Amino acid sequence: MTPPASGDTATLIAIDRVGKVYEGRGSPVVAIDEVSLDIGRNQFVAIVGTSGCGKSTLLNMVAGLDDPTSGSIAIDGRPVLGPGRDRGFVFQSYSLFDWMTVRGNIRFALEKTRMPAAEKAALVDRFIREVGLAGFEDAYPRQLSGGMRQRVAIARALVYKPAILLMDEPFGALDAQTRGMMQELLLNVWEDNRVTVMFVTHDVDEAVFLADRVIVMASRPGRVKKDIAIDIPRPRSFEVLTDPDFTRFKREILADIREETLKVMAMERP
Amino acid sequence: MKTDTIRTGTKAMPPRPRRRGLFRLRQDIPAPIYSAAGIAVPLVLLLIWWAVTSLGIVRPLFLPSPMEIVAEGWRQLREGILWADASVSMYRILVGWLAATVIAVPIGVLMGSYRIVEGALEPLISTVRYMPVVALIPLSILWAGIGDVQKILILFLGTFFQQVLLIMDNVKNIDMNLIRAGQTLGMRNIEILMRIVIPAASPGIWDTFRITIGWTWTYLVVAELVAASEGLGRRIMDAQRYLATDTILFGTLFIGLLGLLTDVAFKRFGRAMFHWNR
Repeated sequence: MTPPASGDTATLIAIDRVGKVYEGRGSPVVAIDEVSLDIGRNQFVAIVGTSGCGKSTLLNMVAGLDDPTSGSIAIDGRPVLGPGRDRGFVFQSYSLFDWMTVRGNIRFALEKTRMPAAEKAALVDRFIREVGLAGFEDAYPRQLSGGMRQRVAIARALVYKPAILLMDEPFGALDAQTRGMMQELLLNVWEDNRVTVMFVTHDVDEAVFLADRVIVMASRPGRVKKDIAIDIPRPRSFEVLTDPDFTRFKREILADIREETLKVMAMERP
Repeated sequence: MKTDTIRTGTKAMPPRPRRRGLFRLRQDIPAPIYSAAGIAVPLVLLLIWWAVTSLGIVRPLFLPSPMEIVAEGWRQLREGILWADASVSMYRILVGWLAATVIAVPIGVLMGSYRIVEGALEPLISTVRYMPVVALIPLSILWAGIGDVQKILILFLGTFFQQVLLIMDNVKNIDMNLIRAGQTLGMRNIEILMRIVIPAASPGIWDTFRITIGWTWTYLVVAELVAASEGLGRRIMDAQRYLATDTILFGTLFIGLLGLLTDVAFKRFGRAMFHWNR
């Protein structure tokens, strides 16, 4: 019953020798250097690395919110020229429209969708139930907890059926218990609505638990250090966290990140 | 058992009293005390005022007694002067402030959203806003004559340049990711401005409205300095000629009162309108 963990073989996101250089005062800073990645359709890819490895920059470039200084990114063969409705985005800071209700926030994402109003309403309601917010349809974001707000953001980013979901440390601001629940919820939602996910985090447990594939990035400049296939079977639940395979992946990734951290610290030493 | 208790000291140590008092840094105090403090201070000042005038410590020419002020107010009300002055002044304030606001909102929103617009206008506006409005009276007469338009122009000039910069800041203060969320939803810039930027900044902008209409009130006397036949500010300037200190003081306090009422009205209305902002 379980779909193949690695997703379809067809490449959806093609990142080809992408570089990003910031021209600041003084010498230019290379944030990302020659990153190449092919991400298959419906694959769940987590990107981890120390802060400053350019993982968020890479995600923003795939979203079209930021431009690469070299190389190119293509979605389904078409080059990325700006943001588009084929890619949903979930920010760490929730970024909900505070003046709209839960329902209003999610419905707002459907405004550009041609669909009868009744169908839209049904779709919005389905997603509200999907993220477990039934009963909170008419609440305003400020009345909700952080976890609930992020669930609204996830529903808003998925309701218009983008092919790709981009998530930038979406659970980074939540407490540990809430984060665990949100990870399981995300997997459930993802099982029901298969999309290609690029998930940026600095939490190794989170990356291994969620992803089919973890990309470990090296720092200064940001490069792909390692590309690890996580072949833990799905559907996964919290019990996976004590699985020997899980621990093995975690140890490997932690060692890689530690190596990068030490490298950065050595560079910073006067 | 007993020695244990003594050794650990749980019995000997009384529970430490919770620190109380009104002078704890940033700590809340009971609401009635907060309100009472706000009433007490003006009341004490009023009492001192009443004492120094009724004991003859200060001559009425320099400071008339509170009762004289009330009597002056009553006279103006009875003779219909007060209503005539107030309605003319409020009309000028409203038109001057609205004119400033109608132009300041779109320009402020554009300045806060597009760096190029900010770069083009900010240095200019920042310079102009330090130019004294009083000094512009002669020019304003030359341009706008001596009618209502000239008064409204002065109120406009006193309000607009401050307001536009505040609105720019209100807009810049919104979370950049709200704009990016709109972009990822495929919205065009104009849609993002109208449907995301302006609503997100609206509680801040409303606060700017409240603050700037207060400033418009303070420019009233300046606006009615020249060639006005009625108005609250005019009444004060006229009284100067006859050294009618009671008229001066009553007028000043009355403008203050109207300013306060405007402020309260804006606060109430804002709270109802932006309930989602908690």
